[in-house]
This record gives sequence, structure tokens and C-alpha cells, in this order.
Amino acid sequence: MKTLNTLGLGLLLSSSLVSLQAQAEDVKIGMITTLSGGGSHLGVDTRDGFLLAVEQAGRDDVEVLVKDDAQKPDVAKSLADEFMQRDNVDLLTGIIFSNLAMAVVPGTVRQGTFYISPNAGPSDLAGRMCHENYFNVAYQNDNLHGAMGAYMKEQGFERPILLAPNYPAGTDALAGFKHLYENEVVDEIYTQLGQTDYAAEIAQIRSSDADSLFFFLPGGMGISFMKQWEGSSVDMPVFGAAFSFDETLIKAVGSAAIGAKNTSSWAYDLDNETNRAFVESYREAYDRMPTLYAAQGFDTANLILAALDKAHPSDQEAFREVLREADFDSVRGEFRFGSNHHPIQDIYVREVVEGDDGQPTNRLVGLAIEDIQDVYAADCNM
Amino acid sequence: MPEPAMGALAGPVSLSSARPWLNRERLINGLLLMALFASPFIAQAVGETYYINLASRIAIVAMAAVGLNLAIGYGGMISFGHAAFFGLGGYVAGISAFHAFDMSLLLSWPITLGGSDFMPGIWLAAMVLCALLALVIGAISLRTSGVYFIMITLAFAQMLYYFAVSWPSYGGDDGLPIYLRNQFPGLNTNDPLTYFLICFVALGLSLALCARLMRSRFGAALTMARLNETRLATAGISPFPIRLVAFVLSAVITGVAGALFADLNGFVGPSMLSWHRSGEIMVIVILGGVGRLYGPVAGAILFVLMETLLGGVTEYWMLFLGLVLLGVVLFARGGLMGLLAGRARHE
Amino acid sequence: MTLSLLFEQLLNGLQLGTMLFLMASGLTLVFGVMGLINLAHGSFYMVGAFVTAWTAGMTGSFWVGLVAGVLAAAATGAVVEFLVIRRLYRRDHLDQVLATFALILIFSEGTRWLFGSSPLWLNVPEVLSGSVALPGGSRYPVFRLVIIGVGVLVAVGLFLLISRTRLGMRIRAGESDREMIGALGVDIAKLYTVVFALGAGLAGLAGSMIGALQSVQVGMGEPVLILAFVVIVIGGIGSIKGALVGALLVGVVDTLGRIFLPSLFKLFMTTADASGVGAAIASMLIYVLMALILAFRPKGLFAAND
Repeated sequence: MKTLNTLGLGLLLSSSLVSLQAQAEDVKIGMITTLSGGGSHLGVDTRDGFLLAVEQAGRDDVEVLVKDDAQKPDVAKSLADEFMQRDNVDLLTGIIFSNLAMAVVPGTVRQGTFYISPNAGPSDLAGRMCHENYFNVAYQNDNLHGAMGAYMKEQGFERPILLAPNYPAGTDALAGFKHLYENEVVDEIYTQLGQTDYAAEIAQIRSSDADSLFFFLPGGMGISFMKQWEGSSVDMPVFGAAFSFDETLIKAVGSAAIGAKNTSSWAYDLDNETNRAFVESYREAYDRMPTLYAAQGFDTANLILAALDKAHPSDQEAFREVLREADFDSVRGEFRFGSNHHPIQDIYVREVVEGDDGQPTNRLVGLAIEDIQDVYAADCNM
Repeated sequence: MPEPAMGALAGPVSLSSARPWLNRERLINGLLLMALFASPFIAQAVGETYYINLASRIAIVAMAAVGLNLAIGYGGMISFGHAAFFGLGGYVAGISAFHAFDMSLLLSWPITLGGSDFMPGIWLAAMVLCALLALVIGAISLRTSGVYFIMITLAFAQMLYYFAVSWPSYGGDDGLPIYLRNQFPGLNTNDPLTYFLICFVALGLSLALCARLMRSRFGAALTMARLNETRLATAGISPFPIRLVAFVLSAVITGVAGALFADLNGFVGPSMLSWHRSGEIMVIVILGGVGRLYGPVAGAILFVLMETLLGGVTEYWMLFLGLVLLGVVLFARGGLMGLLAGRARHE
Repeated sequence: MTLSLLFEQLLNGLQLGTMLFLMASGLTLVFGVMGLINLAHGSFYMVGAFVTAWTAGMTGSFWVGLVAGVLAAAATGAVVEFLVIRRLYRRDHLDQVLATFALILIFSEGTRWLFGSSPLWLNVPEVLSGSVALPGGSRYPVFRLVIIGVGVLVAVGLFLLISRTRLGMRIRAGESDREMIGALGVDIAKLYTVVFALGAGLAGLAGSMIGALQSVQVGMGEPVLILAFVVIVIGGIGSIKGALVGALLVGVVDTLGRIFLPSLFKLFMTTADASGVGAAIASMLIYVLMALILAFRPKGLFAAND
């Protein structure tokens, strides 16, 4: 009788332990990303890349909740509160645009929730406001601009003219470029954010004695600019960062984009096994070419999944430690975090060429800079 | 001011004060306020803290709309630029908190002034700055009327918007996060329920101010300036200063709501100044019922609930908002208050 | 700063101005004849651009797309007038602002629902691509010259329409006395629908042409709409002449301000600072212009009917 009792108690205990454990191991990930408005294809790609990785891992204990921030900081902020207070998510991810990240991330990490950025990497979050619960899998925003500065210097361009919208990411971009270009530039032109007509700026560029153009005009602004640039018959080599040259955008720009060079931390023809498998499975799943954003979504998910194999986010210390190790197969090849939880990585140069189907596409042409790390890491006291 | 003329002006107003104390509109008003007041406590009891912030949001946008209602509903001044005041209030809270967090100076000349996280001080600064801005905008805009007034208020708000977008010191287009919510002596503003109570009291005060104002001689003159400017002028009262004062008060109320909104979201950015925001505040006034004291409260409840509920169901919730709004404008002119409490008596 | 650059920038200002005129003329006509303030005018611009881009994509011809875009915008205008706008003529401006604000939401979200969130693209037709030499050695895109030409044609056409035709006579009668034309036995409802559709068609024309220079995306009509309002307020609401003058003024001031203000600030600031501050002030410039003009002439430069 006594043994039976003990046995019964033991069963009861063990079964409750099992259920407790199962509960503790379930992981909820909140994804706030841009699914509507002008910048929506960035968010859609990030989400699709992320979900592809989760699906390939075949884990049913990981739940991903996706919400649209409509590219508005206040919406993103209230979604973050909703995820943390109502859904009790273990970690947040997904934000594309830096201004949204600045609104959401500091409050999130201070409340003890992890935030893993698949794209936005504003300078403050890499520097003076860095946080132990914040990781950026993509880049610090300046990486790609700085790399282009280094590349253009090395290629012997002596009089570049710079163009960007007049907002923090625009001024940061040009500052990042100049930091690694190191020489004088002919001029810096700032446009209104969201501007659609660049006739006046193009005339100004034409009348300058510049030998090359570097521009940062993300999204629809880049499409408008490139189309008008082609119509103006200015004969000058064009350089930019991947933000203006993803596969979706250059197809919209059409032949006007051909010949432009851009820096990127990833390219679909980057030669490593993980990347080949990723490109193939992505095309199969979604019937389109992956973009940098899709690749970053995929990497972000794989970093999280790899960390989840070793620790649960409720054990903050342990989970943070395994995130720092970044022990996963990245589509970018080698991957490691710097002291401020931002990547130290190689940046490549791609050229827009005419693809087999007659549509423009990016082709890898070389390495722009090796093992680039952002300059803000020095300001980070973690 | 000649006495007899004032007596004549007070005519339509005294009619309303002769109504029984508890009529249908007052009953609805009371119910609306009670519902708003009770919902966060219920949310707290069932552990859904998220809905407390939703109630705070309702109280704040209602307050912004109370301000606009004073201009549109009572003063007949169709301002399409109240986002300027909402945003200015928000930026006062944001900038002050930024310097308090940074321990840096806000001004070094002509006086040295650091940042502060002292809420009453921030509200006072928001009031003063909004009043000054409204004085300038009002003094120029009120020289025009009709469509010109709508457009020039819009133009001023756009000016401020573009200024905020391109001025780099406080984040420009990226906006300015508030990392630590500003403080109120003796209260823990980080507690959602406490913060809701602050917002609710602010809303209550602005409603009381409007009610008091519209019962006064000033209110009577403002009503007359809207209904019949010539009659007001024959009474020896110039409509311009009356309208200007009402415009300034309206801006002040909306500005304080903006400061509260920034603290609620922990963020302020140019989106608070955009013409969509002006439109949204206007929509809330209309949804609730123009010129009804509690119209903005009803409108804010409806708007925020639609945003949250529809927004959860479909990405295209703005389409449905548009349809509802169109329906209200075309077929239900009194707005929600018109449906609930009947048409306003003195219209 | 060379003379040829100045000339080129003036052309750019002129091109922006003619495009704004296409938008503003419809807006001001609708206000002048029907007394209606229409925020949804930018939606017709968007409809024109989307239908042109979509049709051109299907048929491969820009010209078929252009015709389809203009017709679709005019037809949309007629339908909207019939369903919604005619209920608003007797309402006050507040109701008009809100109802047409609601229409913007419906059109924007409806377009997003139909075409998705990604921008569409439309290319300049082969014949009009490329550029021509300007006096002074600079080059200018042919397509932009064509836009200026179309703007001039529309301005002349509108002038002839209003001064020489029966429809124009009715429009003038409607502007000066709304009750009167009803008494003269004119079918006012039909007149209003035609005028509204005409305005919508012109907005659609602007959208179709500009779509070939920019990305065609949801919300593209809003910045243009606000500029068009600035134009008609400066010119005097209801006046076609005012719209023309206002449009050219705004186009030239905006373009030259964007280029020359930063250069001006460079005289006493560092390059980076001057570019930033100059761009900031340039973006506010036309609103400052509008406030100044209204402060001195509260009804605009050419007030039509008081």
C-alpha cells in the first residue's frame, strides 16, 4: 500500500514536472515589422526569411507572432507594449527602420526583454545606449556606407559628390562614408525626405566637376532618383549601399540601374553552402529571389534557434551568453559579434547587371572591406 | 461692454440652463466618463495591464479633441493644423526629458536652463509655448476665413512639421525617445494605473474648463461670433480678440494632451505634427459630435477602439474607418452624441 | 553658378509649376463653381498613375496607359461626384473636409488592397526618353519638356474652354451666381458632374505623366495635394489665372530655394551644416511664402468671388 502510494505520488510529481518543463520551454517571439506602406517589401522579406528558418528547424515549441508597424514609431512602440504586457513574449525582433528601433528598443531591453535586430542598427544603440539584452544581427547602419567610402578610395575616385535625404540616417550615412573615404568630397547635397523629384539636384550634380556619385536614397526615393538620373544623360559612375539596390527596387528602376555598384553584407551568389541552400529553399518557398532583408531575417532566426538549443530566455544570463557566442551557420559565411553586440563582418561590392531574364540583378564583384567594425563600439559601456 | 446687449446675447444660453438637471445628454456624459474611469480598474483586476494604457490613450486623445472642439465646435474656426500644438506639447516633454536624462543644458543663453522631468513644470512650459505659437498663428490666420483659414492653419502645421523633420538636434525625422517617463511629485508615474489617473484628471479639468467657459459671457460672445458676427459687432464687441483667445485656449489644451501623449508612448516624433494627425483629431471631434461638450470623449472611445479592434482583424482598417467616417458625415450629422443623446438643443 | 545652370533650374521650376497647375486648376474650378473643398483630389492623381502603370504593363504601350489613366481618373471623379460629392455642396466646409478626408482613406487603402504595397513602375516612352541640348551646353530631358508643353496646352485649352464654349459660359455663370444658372434652365447636376470629372481627369493626367518619372505608390497624391492647395490659396481660390500664377510661383520658388539656399548658407557655414540648414529652410519656404501672402492679401493674389 505504502509503495503504491509512493509510486502514485512519484507519478504525479513526475508528470507535473514534465508539464512544468514543457511550459518553461515554449518560446514566444514577437515580431514587429513593416508590412504596409512604401517600405513594406523590406518587412515582408524579413518576415519570410525568418519564418522559413523557423519552419526548416521544425520546432513546434517556438511560436512567432507577427504584427505590422506601418512604419510608424508610435505604432511600433504600442505593439511592443502589447507583446510584452499582453502576450508575455520572451524576445522581440523584426524592426526594419532605425527611427522605429530607437522608439522601441531602449524601453524593451530595460524591461528585461531581449531584442534581436534583423536590420536597423542606429548609432546610439551601438554606442552610448548599447545594452546587454540588445543584439544586432545585420549591421551598424554606417557599415555599408563606410565600406563604399573605402572601396571608392581604393578604386581611385578623387572627387565624389554625395547625395542623401536630410534626416538622421541620411546625415549618418554621409558621415560614415566620409569617415572611411578620408579625403575631401566635392559637395554634399541634402534633399527633403520623401522627395520624389530630383531634377534640381541632378542639374547641380551635372554642373559640378565630380568624377563619381555616391547616394543614399532608400526605398521609393531611390527608384525615382535612378529613373530621372537615366533620363538626364549625365555620364558619371554611380555608387550606393544595398538599401537602394535590393532585387525588388532594381526591377522597378529597370535598365537605369545597370552599371551601378553597391555595398552589401550579403549577396545571393555568395559562395558558401548555407547560402546556396538558403537561396534555393527561399526561391522554392516564395517563388522570388531573396533580398538582403530576407537573408538577415533568416540569419536572425537561426541565431535565436541555435541559442534556444542551449538555453531558455527566462535564464537571462545563460541565454545572453549563448547569443554572444553566435554559434550558427550564417548565410554570410563567418559571423561574430563585437563587444557591443554588433557584427564584425566582411562587406562586399555588387554590380547591377542584366540577368538571364533581361531584368536587372545584382552580381557579386568583390570584397569592399574585411572585418569592418563600427566606430561606436568604443562608446559602449556594457 | 454695454450691459443690455450682453443680456440679449445670453438669451440662447440661459435657455439651456433652464433644462432639468438630469437630461439625457448629461446621463450619457456621465455614463461615458464612468465607463472610461472604470475600465482600467477592471483591466487591473483581471491582470490585463495593456488595456490600462489603452484607456490612457483614449483619455489623452479625447483631451486633444476637447481642445480642438473649442475652436471648431464652439468658435466655428476650422483649424486643420492642431497637430502643431499637439506636437509642440509632445516635443516640450521629449526635449525636457532628453536633457534631464543627458544632464545637458537646454539653454545657455539668455538664461541657463537644464532639462527637467518635473511634469507640472513641463505642462506649464507646454502651455506657455503653445499659447505663444497659437497667438502668432491665430493673429495671422484669423484675418482670413472659410477655406483660407483651413488652409493657412494647415500651412503653419506643415511648416513646423518640416522644421521638425529636418532639424537634427532632437532626432529630426527619427524622433526623440523618452527613456524615463517624467515624474510627478508623490506619484509613481511608471505605474500604468497612476498614469491613467493623471490623464483622466487632466481630461476632466479640460472638460470643466470648457463647460465653465461656455457658460460665461465670453462663451456667449464666442457663440455669437460663430452664429452671427454682425450682431456681435452691433453689440460693440469685436469678434477678433474673442476668437483669438478661444483659439489660444484651444491650442493650450491640445498642447498639454500632446505632452501627456509623448510621456505615454515614451516617444515623440514628427508624426505627432503631421497633417494626418490634424485630420485624426478632427475626425474624433466629428465622430463624437461637433460642439458637444462630451463629443470628443465619445469620439475618442470610438476611434481608439476601432483602431485597436479593426486593426487587429485587418491590415486595411483605415478603409473601414473611412467608410464609417463618410457615413457619419453624410447621414449622422450629430455624430455619436447626436445618436445617443439626440440633436443639440441650441444649434 | 553659371547662367546655363540657372536656366536649367528655371526650367525645372517651370516643369514643377506646370504639373502643379494641372492639379490646382481642377481643384480651383471645383471650388469656384461648386464651392467645394476637395481633399481627395490627390486620389485622382494616384488613380491616374496606377491605372497608367498597370495598363502600360499589360499592353506594353505607355500611350494606351496614358489614355486609360486619364479616362479612369475622370470616370472615378464622375462616380465619386454622383455618389458622395453632390451631397456635400450645401454642407459647410467642415463636412466637406471630413468627407473628402474619408475618401482619401478609402482610396488609399482600396488601392493598396488592389495593387499591393509595393510600388509599381512605369517607364518613359522610348520616343520621349533621352535629352536635348540646351543653350549653354547643358542637356535637358525631353520628357520634362513635354510635361511643360502639355501644361501650356492645358492652360490654353482651359482658357478657350471657359471663354469661348457653351460649357465655359455655364461655368462662368456658375461662378458668379449659383442660383441664376438653375433659373436659366441649365441642368446643374450634369454641369457639376462634368466639371468635377474634368478636374479629376486633369489630376489623372498629371499623375500619369509624373508616374513615369517617379515610383507609383500608395499615398503619392498627398504631398502633391498639399502643394496644390498652397498654389490655389496663393492664387486666390476659384481663379484659374490665380492657379496658373500660383503654380509657377510655387514651382520656381521651391526649386530655386532647394538649390540656392544651401549655397547661400555655405558663405558663412561649413558645407555639411549649410546643406542641412539650407535644406531645412528650403522645405519650409513655400509655406512661409503662403503665410506672407495671406497676411497681406487674405484672399490670395487673384480673389475670384468673395
